[in-house]
Amino acid sequence: MSFTVRKDARGVVVIGVDGQLIVGNRHELKQKVLDAIEAGDRKVLIDFTNTGYIDSSGLGALVSLSKKLRDAGGDLRLAGLNEDLRTLFELTKLDTLFSIADSPEQALAGF
Amino acid sequence: MRRAAVGPARGLGEPQAGAERSERAVEISLRVPTDLEVVEEAVDLLARHCLASGLPPHTARFNLRVVLAEALANAIIYGNRLDPDKSVDVRVVVGRTGLTVNVCDQGDGFDPSGVPDPTEPDRLELATGRGLFLIRKLVDEVRFNERGNTICMVLRRA
Repeated sequence: MSFTVRKDARGVVVIGVDGQLIVGNRHELKQKVLDAIEAGDRKVLIDFTNTGYIDSSGLGALVSLSKKLRDAGGDLRLAGLNEDLRTLFELTKLDTLFSIADSPEQALAGF
Repeated sequence: MRRAAVGPARGLGEPQAGAERSERAVEISLRVPTDLEVVEEAVDLLARHCLASGLPPHTARFNLRVVLAEALANAIIYGNRLDPDKSVDVRVVVGRTGLTVNVCDQGDGFDPSGVPDPTEPDRLELATGRGLFLIRKLVDEVRFNERGNTICMVLRRA
């Protein structure tokens, strides 16, 4: 389980979640996004292509990070959710709160 | 990091005493320390022991893992209030009709009927309060003991 961070040519910070986003590692993701904001970045994409499951703590972390970025004049977007993960967002109605793209490429093109 | 351990995992495949005997139930018990760092390992351990439970693969792979993570996190954070001297007991019974998962903390319990709906517009941007909601959506049945410190989740095979 780990996070990968890269910046694409247009300056979007792309964070990949490899494994799970749950109560035990959500702070690590939060810190990575906060570091990006601190460094002046305002566009962040979380890529869930290699993510097995997310728990409510992970969802909560995404909600608060989205708000932080919005308050800083930025934007947090999500991509690569499989059908199960999409279901979690739909059940919790968080699909209405986030911009969710099918793939990271699609999300980056729309930023 | 303290590690979760299966024990005593009472004989996979052995019939157990009590009401489940007629179902040739398999019982898995796990004591989890009050440490959020071990939730992932505990979920993985339990889910792998349930691979032969007969649940649909999708339910075993996703629903079971999510609800185990939710119930353990709730027990550790809200039940045991992160007190390292307390622990969480998980008991999984695999029967003919499905899986029954009991997660018991050492806290004072709570009233599950008092938990608000996290999908209400004014709660949508809150960072917490979705755990029990997700559990209710992802399992077939949820029960609590009278004290409110044990959640029982039922996942059926069909």
